[in-house]
Amino acid sequence: MSTQITNEDLELSVLESDTPVPATRLSSLDTLESEAIHIIREVVAEFEKPALLFSGGKDSVVMLHLATKAFWPGKVPFPVLHVDTGHNFPEVIDFRDRTVERLGLKLVVGSVQEFIDRGELAERADGTRNPLQTIPLLDAIQSNKFDAVFGGGRRDEDKARAKERILSLRDEFGQWDPRNQRPELWNLYNGRHTVGQHVRAFPISNWTELDVWRYIERENIELPGLYYAHEREVFARDGMWRAVGEVSQPLDTEKVITKTVRYRTVGDMSCTGAVESDAATVRDVVIEVAASTITERGATRADDRISEAAMEDRKKDGYF
Amino acid sequence: MSTELDAARAATLLDDAPLKDATLFRFATAGSVDDGKSTLVGRLLHDSKAILADQLDAVARTSADRGFGGSAGGIDLALLTDGLRAEREQGITIDVAYRYFATDRRSFILADCPGHVQYTKNTVTGASTADAVIVLIDARKGVLEQTRRHLSVLQLLRVAHVIVAVNKIDLVEFSESVFREIEADVQQVGRELGLGSDGIADLLVIPVSALDGDNVVDRSDRTPWYEGPALLETLESLPAADELESHLESFRFPVQLVIRPQGALAPDAIAGGLDVEAYRDYRAYAGQITEGSVKLGDKVTVLTPGQGPRTTTVTGIDFAGAELTEAVAPQSVAIRLADEFDVARGDTIAAAGTIRESSADLYAALCWLSPKPLREGAKVLVKHGTRTVQALVRNVSGKLDLATFKLEGASSLELNDIGHAQLRLAAPLPLENYLHHRRTGAFLVIDPIDGNTLAAGLVNDHPGDHEDERYSI
Repeated sequence: MSTQITNEDLELSVLESDTPVPATRLSSLDTLESEAIHIIREVVAEFEKPALLFSGGKDSVVMLHLATKAFWPGKVPFPVLHVDTGHNFPEVIDFRDRTVERLGLKLVVGSVQEFIDRGELAERADGTRNPLQTIPLLDAIQSNKFDAVFGGGRRDEDKARAKERILSLRDEFGQWDPRNQRPELWNLYNGRHTVGQHVRAFPISNWTELDVWRYIERENIELPGLYYAHEREVFARDGMWRAVGEVSQPLDTEKVITKTVRYRTVGDMSCTGAVESDAATVRDVVIEVAASTITERGATRADDRISEAAMEDRKKDGYF
Repeated sequence: MSTELDAARAATLLDDAPLKDATLFRFATAGSVDDGKSTLVGRLLHDSKAILADQLDAVARTSADRGFGGSAGGIDLALLTDGLRAEREQGITIDVAYRYFATDRRSFILADCPGHVQYTKNTVTGASTADAVIVLIDARKGVLEQTRRHLSVLQLLRVAHVIVAVNKIDLVEFSESVFREIEADVQQVGRELGLGSDGIADLLVIPVSALDGDNVVDRSDRTPWYEGPALLETLESLPAADELESHLESFRFPVQLVIRPQGALAPDAIAGGLDVEAYRDYRAYAGQITEGSVKLGDKVTVLTPGQGPRTTTVTGIDFAGAELTEAVAPQSVAIRLADEFDVARGDTIAAAGTIRESSADLYAALCWLSPKPLREGAKVLVKHGTRTVQALVRNVSGKLDLATFKLEGASSLELNDIGHAQLRLAAPLPLENYLHHRRTGAFLVIDPIDGNTLAAGLVNDHPGDHEDERYSI
């Protein structure tokens, strides 16, 4: 940090903004990628048994891609964990299995259906299974003795996530305590925990939805097809388009029509809605997201509309 | 606003150089109670169109419910940065919240730090990763003791750019004389602290009205006497700290882990045509460059604490299959070396002849962040770079009065105190003066019992060392 900059100098630099970008200046995507890889490597170096939450959704696909880059030419040195609600889109499960096979990874599945069958979880009146994922998730973490769990959570998604640390400590019950978080300083991540506690790690905390899509485009990353425009039988509910499927049946009053839609998030079929879109390629989607005026959760997740503090409540209980 | 127009604009931005080459800039805000910080942050997000329609609707509904009648169409912009339900119910801000927005030229990460409670803790946290910090002053009140405290902390953390926003300039009738007086006071405090005069940081003062938007995103007609750029223009043009530090000659690379796949090569890499034979004995050191740059063929020193320094040559800079000829801070890469040394996590690779030997005596400034006070004789953990060691607190030599910046006698440090201490480390660390090395001069003090972070540490020189001294090895 050599020269002192005054307001007058700034004035000049603003006017002379056509000067070429020096080669040593990293783009924002390169900087975010580098930060994420640093975090992934720190967690692998400092924890006994990490795992990566992998649903086949775009954020978790980007996380896995970053992990392959972090350890190249070696294999990704941890298993992936999926909490299967039993209501997933079949093409996403297929994508998940192909990806795991391609990278030679171990897949651990926590099944919401099994918990319901054993009577350890009860189906909700609204049929939504997203909130039911917490108990199978914690069970999988405990029974596999995972001490660090990577997630694709981003701070731009939600007000609660905006306040969560990159390394976030969870107690024996998987709970997050927003008032009692460790200060996170420089790029020094404190992942110390006691027996029974574990840490959630969010290496792409600082990415926005547009960053994720621009990265998918730049790195040529494959995603499940339902992220791109396709024709589907849908019906309107809660102001969004729901796919007709085994677990998401229209009521008599809800009219089924065929529309060209795509999904902005891929979750449980019972609560994830599609948006009308002609964006059939990754480039189309990047342009659509850049021009979008609705945040992704507000548009397509019914469970976040339950209350203004829905995510905050679920996170405190040990959700992703 | 029509969607087609937005899409056309988005396509232009994405294809032209600006967005593709947009850089990342991290900044934080600090302010006293009621100086309008939340409104300023809301204004920046609102006027740079970072607020999406559904978020704005939700805030508009809440504003109406609460009978808010201000500007911006009756929307209380401060609500945009309200976070958790617990905070909304109590009307307080618990913790640092992160916000994201972008212009054609830059992507911004904003650490929104609450000012009233635990301001030292939050300001230290937000400032540790910030390229710039905005300190708010109420134009009607001028420089307060709290302003001096904020500026002291920022000077100590050597934040690259300090921007003082003199807010509520509308409430002093856009008076130039009021602004000039505050500006002179700020520069005076800056001089006392060494801000903006020691070549480490710069200090800029801007008159703004967060409520009305003057000089926030666009330059205001109502302050014709102010010739500098608006706040957002300033944030768009300042160099990021990493960029400034990538030009330093003191290349530093703390080793995170060794990549040595042996039999376990990635199946997708093999499927992509990786030469399995050639990579059978692959060995590289993975990490993130903390400052400076490295080129193929560079002479480097490998510093393993407790051992003599070893010098070798860089034979490879790898990143996920790409062989680079050069890499700069803050890139994450994997480095190959000519000699088969035993290099492990916790070692540092540095430009030859630019790094001191490790030391087990740590003299430091500590920003105490825990309700559990620091006492002499305490056993703690020190996390520095990629290494964590046990340490004994030998003595606390005083704490700073942040308002006067004078050192007063103290034998313990309490929450939000900043003081000086000497620690004895159980194993030596490659300590460097924080003043010259922001990454390798920083450390955490950790409670060995519950693992909580107790303090942010900034390495000082040993007493008797000359400030600029480098031990060539």
